[in-house]
Amino acid sequence: MTCLPAHTDKKLGLVIDLDTCVGCQACVTACKEWNTGGHMAPLTDIDPYGGNVDGVWFNRVHSYEHTTEMGGRTVNFPRSCLHCETPACVTVCPTGASYKRASDGIVLIDESKCIGCKLCSWACPYGAREFDTDVGVMKKCTLCVDRIYNDNLAEEDRVPACVAACPTSARHFGDLGDPASAVSQLVAERGGVDLMPEMGYKPTNKYLPPRAHTQRAASVPAPRLEPVKAEGGFLGWVDRMLSN
Amino acid sequence: MHPAASVVFFTTATGAGYGLLGLLGVLGGLGFVSADFWLGLIGMGLALGLIAAGLLSSTGHLGRPERAWRAFSQWRSSWLSREGVASVATLIPAGLFGIGWVLFGRTGGWVAVAGLLAAVGAVVTVCTTGMIYASLKPIAQWHSPYTLPGYLIFSAMTGSMLLNALLQAFAVGATAIATAALLLTFLGWGWKLTTWRYNDALEIATTANTATGLAGGTVRSLEWPHTEENYLLKEMGFRIARKHAAKLRLITQVLAFALPALLLALAFALPRPFAAVLSVLAAIVQFAGMLVERWLFFAEAKHTVTLYYGR
Repeated sequence: MTCLPAHTDKKLGLVIDLDTCVGCQACVTACKEWNTGGHMAPLTDIDPYGGNVDGVWFNRVHSYEHTTEMGGRTVNFPRSCLHCETPACVTVCPTGASYKRASDGIVLIDESKCIGCKLCSWACPYGAREFDTDVGVMKKCTLCVDRIYNDNLAEEDRVPACVAACPTSARHFGDLGDPASAVSQLVAERGGVDLMPEMGYKPTNKYLPPRAHTQRAASVPAPRLEPVKAEGGFLGWVDRMLSN
Repeated sequence: MHPAASVVFFTTATGAGYGLLGLLGVLGGLGFVSADFWLGLIGMGLALGLIAAGLLSSTGHLGRPERAWRAFSQWRSSWLSREGVASVATLIPAGLFGIGWVLFGRTGGWVAVAGLLAAVGAVVTVCTTGMIYASLKPIAQWHSPYTLPGYLIFSAMTGSMLLNALLQAFAVGATAIATAALLLTFLGWGWKLTTWRYNDALEIATTANTATGLAGGTVRSLEWPHTEENYLLKEMGFRIARKHAAKLRLITQVLAFALPALLLALAFALPRPFAAVLSVLAAIVQFAGMLVERWLFFAEAKHTVTLYYGR
């Protein structure tokens, strides 16, 4: 049923650090690479080498300019499914294709039941779900459900592909339902926030806001370069010749 | 929101179809419209035809229409599923009413019961359609107190307009029905104007700040994730209507409300063949106008995902 579980044993999700994300797109590429052969495969590309490139991505990185009275800064912002506690994308599904797992809270789609009505993508305020026009079904982030429980992988690799790929450790994976977990403590320490809390979807994923400006930048500019004095003699002649 | 032609036609056609079915069920079942084979056949044919065409059209925008039957299963949580169940369940009393009223020429008794049940089913189905849109929080223009009554009013309006045209065409036109169609048209007009005013003054709590979790100041989109438009922008970032909103709203008002009202007023004043022609014309013009209205309903709706793209 598309009714939501009253309680999930775990709340697996991501914590994304907007302070350290450099917008390198490594998570985007790693996600696409893993998932185009994974649980929701393929992540279809339409006209990949033509003029109207389109395709399914579970993770997209935006860049914003955040301007406050403290000044402006560029913030790179990865956007993917937040595996909400009360996701309307699940309850609106007419067929039972969308579901939230009671065991770990991951929101998934059973592709074989999806009729491609797109209503779930309308119900998601975050744009987490993308329609695969080629297969005719909706697709979304699986939190790499086929990696995190995969006994064939080394233990350190049992994290979502985006987390494994991040070169600045801006992405963290864990159980946000357990207050003692490393991710929960990170959220508490850094004041992690929900996206669009006013929507009431209770997202599991948290975003760590950029740290406050440190004012540690150099306050004295470098000394100005002085113009080269015109000299006489041989060096003056060389200078004039080279300046022409 | 991208106005898919199949969904625009679906909501307009089933709205009018269920409106007509409900009115025929009540008025025919209770004998206010006397049983007549051809009138009944064409009336019920029109109502059920519009419903069937609409339902078939709605499967046109599905990615996997062959699995549409699965949509009847999740009525406990999904308004779309409830709409599917209600729309098909309504066909049972509607079919019985059609047999009794059209084939047997009977009114009252079990035919009345079937007619009333069909009318209840029609109202419930239109409510479920309205709730699909009214329940979507990311789209503030739909998640409003105006959406559900709007669907009910427009269903009654287009249904009564069709019933009036039908009765006029069979020379059994009733002043009460024509008056009701006229009043409902004015009600629909007023409701649409109020809805537009509400939407234009809407203060939406969700901003680029809350969407990104970046508190204070301004958040400006610097770079999209990809250079080309994707599914999200094509489906949810539709902008053509917002560019031409004023003109399209005027076209809606003329076609859906002003012109049908004028034609009906003329039909009151003129003798029968003209009155019938004008009544039929009014119904056709209004249906076309409602297609524009429904197109605008989609196209003017702004989804929160567009905030991520600076739109």
